[in-house]
Amino acid sequence: MADPSHSRQSVLSRVRYLGSAHDGTAHFWAQRLTAVALIPLTIWFVVSIVMLAGAPYEEVAAWLARPMPAILMILLVVATFHHAQLGLQVVIEDYIHQPALRVGSLVLVKLGAVALGFAAVFAVLKIAFGG
Amino acid sequence: MVEFTLPRNSKVQTGETHKAPAGAKNIKKFKVYRWDPDKGDNPRLDTYEVDMDHCGPMVLDALIKIKNEMDSTLTFRRSCREGVCGSCAMNIDGTNTLACTKYCADMKGDVKIYPLPHMPVIKDLVPDLDAPYAQYRSIEPWLKSDSPAPERERPQSVEERAKLDGLWECILCFCCSTSCPSYWWNGDRYLGPAVLLQAYRWLADSRDEAAGERLDALEDPFRLYRCHTIMNCTKTCPKSLNPAKAIAEIKKLMVERRT
Repeated sequence: MADPSHSRQSVLSRVRYLGSAHDGTAHFWAQRLTAVALIPLTIWFVVSIVMLAGAPYEEVAAWLARPMPAILMILLVVATFHHAQLGLQVVIEDYIHQPALRVGSLVLVKLGAVALGFAAVFAVLKIAFGG
Repeated sequence: MVEFTLPRNSKVQTGETHKAPAGAKNIKKFKVYRWDPDKGDNPRLDTYEVDMDHCGPMVLDALIKIKNEMDSTLTFRRSCREGVCGSCAMNIDGTNTLACTKYCADMKGDVKIYPLPHMPVIKDLVPDLDAPYAQYRSIEPWLKSDSPAPERERPQSVEERAKLDGLWECILCFCCSTSCPSYWWNGDRYLGPAVLLQAYRWLADSRDEAAGERLDALEDPFRLYRCHTIMNCTKTCPKSLNPAKAIAEIKKLMVERRT
């Protein structure tokens, strides 16, 4: 809200603002869906990493090249980055009120998540198919 | 940006001490937030030593005694003195509640009294509630029906009426909204727990025919989805209602209508 002490706008006008965005439910649903998906994926990931601890590079790469680990790893990467950017969006909307800074950080988080997510998926595919 | 410290002109200073009358044996200290818009001074915390042997049991009784007998400049809202009007909502001993239903004896040491948090202060313990009232108005809190008006009342089954229990009891004191960090940071766009509980009160009403329209108006990343289930609202409600559950029910309806 703009500083009300200098505004001659009515309170109701400020409250109604630009109206409803008719949006937010998809975000809410996706955040919960990715959270649920991440429970088994994270458990699988941690157990796998613990079992592979100390193994040489070739052995880990061979493990990751197998279909099931590769698919689960890609799912884990996608769910993680999607969930992270959804969560960070909420944090930014909560705490950053300066418009330029808000839009700037939202763009940075969204594009950053896509870039890092694609890089991670590419890395898994390269190990799986690159031989 | 979120502010973690008070601006320079809002820092609370130590104020005056009003002594209890000589001979008082059962003294309780009330530390009360004072701010006068007509003076340029910072807010201050005045101390009132109240003779509890000659005072009613509630915090509101003590405030009225202070205003009547010790310092008539102390300003606060009050009306019904029995927890149904919501006027005397304030922050007592760190919790938003009604002064008229809070026992002085509940607090072991000094009683600290501040206005409802994070609202503009008009004077002393009187917060400016224009914004939450306008937000309440914005959800159109009245029965909307396109069916022809019946000759007598609009009937509800016992079960349908039961769905309004826990909702109709809200007295709009705004203890919950002003206890919510999300409302503190984004109160200009987030409707807050009190208004969302009221919104659900009409969504849950079997006689209302505008549920879809109401959900349309609420479906917004800020109006509704700033609720992060912090639960301060439910914890602080002086009427023991559950605004957090009402908000969760609205979110469920939002998902239900698209799945």
